[in-house]
Amino acid sequence: MQTAEMSCRYDLFDRGDGHIRVRFEGRMDAANAAFMVREIKDVLQARMPRSLTIDLQNVTYLDDFGALVLLEAKKMISDDVGHFSLENVGRDAQRILSVLNFDALGKKQVFSQKQRPNVFVRLGEGVLEHASDLKHMVSFVGSVCLSLLHVAVHPRSLRKDDLVLCMQRTGVDALPIVGLISFLLGLIMAFMSSVQLRQFGADIYVASLVSLAMTRELGPIMTAIIVAGRSGSAFAAEIATMKISEEVDALFTMGFDPTRFLVVPKVIAAVIVVPLLTLFSDVFAILGGLVVGMLTLDLTANAYMAQTIKTLTLFDVFLGVFKSAVFALLVSWVGCLRGFQVRGGAASVGRATTSAVVSGIFLIILFNSVFSVILRYWE
Amino acid sequence: MERQAVIEVRDLVAVYGGDVIIDSISFDVYAGEIFVVLGGSGCGKSTLLKHLIGLNRPRSGHVIVAGHDISHCDEQTYHTTLRKIGVLYQSGALLGSMTVAENVALPILEYTDLPQDAVNTLVEMKLSLVGLNGYEHHLPSEISGGMKKRAGLARAMALNPQILFFDEPSAGLDPVTSAELDQLILDLNRILGTTMVIVTHELQSIFTVAQRVIMLDKRTRGIIAEGDPIFLRDHSRNSFVRRFLNRELKVAES
Repeated sequence: MQTAEMSCRYDLFDRGDGHIRVRFEGRMDAANAAFMVREIKDVLQARMPRSLTIDLQNVTYLDDFGALVLLEAKKMISDDVGHFSLENVGRDAQRILSVLNFDALGKKQVFSQKQRPNVFVRLGEGVLEHASDLKHMVSFVGSVCLSLLHVAVHPRSLRKDDLVLCMQRTGVDALPIVGLISFLLGLIMAFMSSVQLRQFGADIYVASLVSLAMTRELGPIMTAIIVAGRSGSAFAAEIATMKISEEVDALFTMGFDPTRFLVVPKVIAAVIVVPLLTLFSDVFAILGGLVVGMLTLDLTANAYMAQTIKTLTLFDVFLGVFKSAVFALLVSWVGCLRGFQVRGGAASVGRATTSAVVSGIFLIILFNSVFSVILRYWE
Repeated sequence: MERQAVIEVRDLVAVYGGDVIIDSISFDVYAGEIFVVLGGSGCGKSTLLKHLIGLNRPRSGHVIVAGHDISHCDEQTYHTTLRKIGVLYQSGALLGSMTVAENVALPILEYTDLPQDAVNTLVEMKLSLVGLNGYEHHLPSEISGGMKKRAGLARAMALNPQILFFDEPSAGLDPVTSAELDQLILDLNRILGTTMVIVTHELQSIFTVAQRVIMLDKRTRGIIAEGDPIFLRDHSRNSFVRRFLNRELKVAES
């Protein structure tokens, strides 16, 4: 005789000829099911019964967890010749067993087998996925261009409140972090280069290096990366959530063009504020360099700034600003695109956001390389 | 015979966004019954439900669920109580990244140490109880609203809780699906003896499933009627209750 930890127990009668009788008593419910399943499996496995009779006469309560215990017992008899029967099944127990369709249970696999398809299937899937992604991208380029064109022709259709809000969120709110990072970047660059340049007595060229590197390359890139992380992700998450909760569909059926309504203000705002942020970034980086120059290189502020101005041309500044405008366009465009591409639930919003930032940064670097190559041959 | 109360609410004062929505109400829910909380929009039905399952704490008063005062208890006791209740949220609240079967298996795997193949069978049983055989491998986004609710119900009753709470079970369902869900609630109540607490304003469901109702009112912020819904519909002394249950417009009052 065995007792379960709670309120269920059972007696086992083994006549020695392979016929086993088990009599359950008490409540067969969720509280003791795990214990009973393990018990009954151990006991029956050792005996290898040919037939099994289960007596439920003294069972006071049986639910689906209890039925599970019976089923696990049933699985223990050798399949072909084995005989399984239930005795003295109460009315309540009978009802639940019939609702559960007890005789047919336990044959199905309810969890998905997580098996990777072979390499060709995966390759094919990958190609199809990227093809549809590309198609989506191209059509979204077209859609954004058309919307921008429409707004250019009908300026009144631009949602100005949204535009101002987006400008604030993308630009003004990002200023502290852009300023801080650029300042530190200028500081680091000046430090690193001063160690080298000092050996040649060329301290003053720290100013040239910092200002040129920042305005032409690093300023636009750093600013755009920060904007991709702050705003590109926000655009994607906002649009993705709207898409999932059918707000995008609602806009469409109200006769709005979702691209014009949601994307255009964001893109225009980004293209206006990111170049401004880049200019601020340049100034802060030069300040960072100046601090290092004054404190460790004994340069005067005058000399440092004079060297900076001598180095920089208006072309450099404009080039930086132009590049950052392009980056802003790319980052905001890809952020919105990823938002619209979302399908499914909460997890896909996360994926869209990640993808927005990653694609944004990739596009920034890609286009920067393109600019470098073009300039190399142009200048 | 004295019926055993599984939920006791005493002098509950509930606030929502700073406003007192429910002002000092008391009622009991007895073991094994189907109990319906009804009332017009904005009367605090959902707020009351959130207090009953402990998501919100009352401003004052007591909510005693399965013997534990969940309005004034420590984290440990609350978690013990949570094992005895199941909640079906309005749209099922299935986790979108898991299949239907995985959603149902989640609490079973967490709170029991059944072997894997037994969990497999149990999930199969739960899904057949709610009539979702064949949808084990579907993701929540691939099934209809009614199916999501049934899958949510299978998950809510995965551990055979003593009490099941339903938030607007018929919301957003077509009449047939809604009637099927009502029948399912009745069946589960009969077969497993689970106590059901349902928050709804769907009259058809109320008359089908409810054994006892309380009706909340926005104006008085309290209970204005309690009892058998059909009796209340025909004989309540409060004209608003009769009107609500007969689905009459205000002008029809004579």
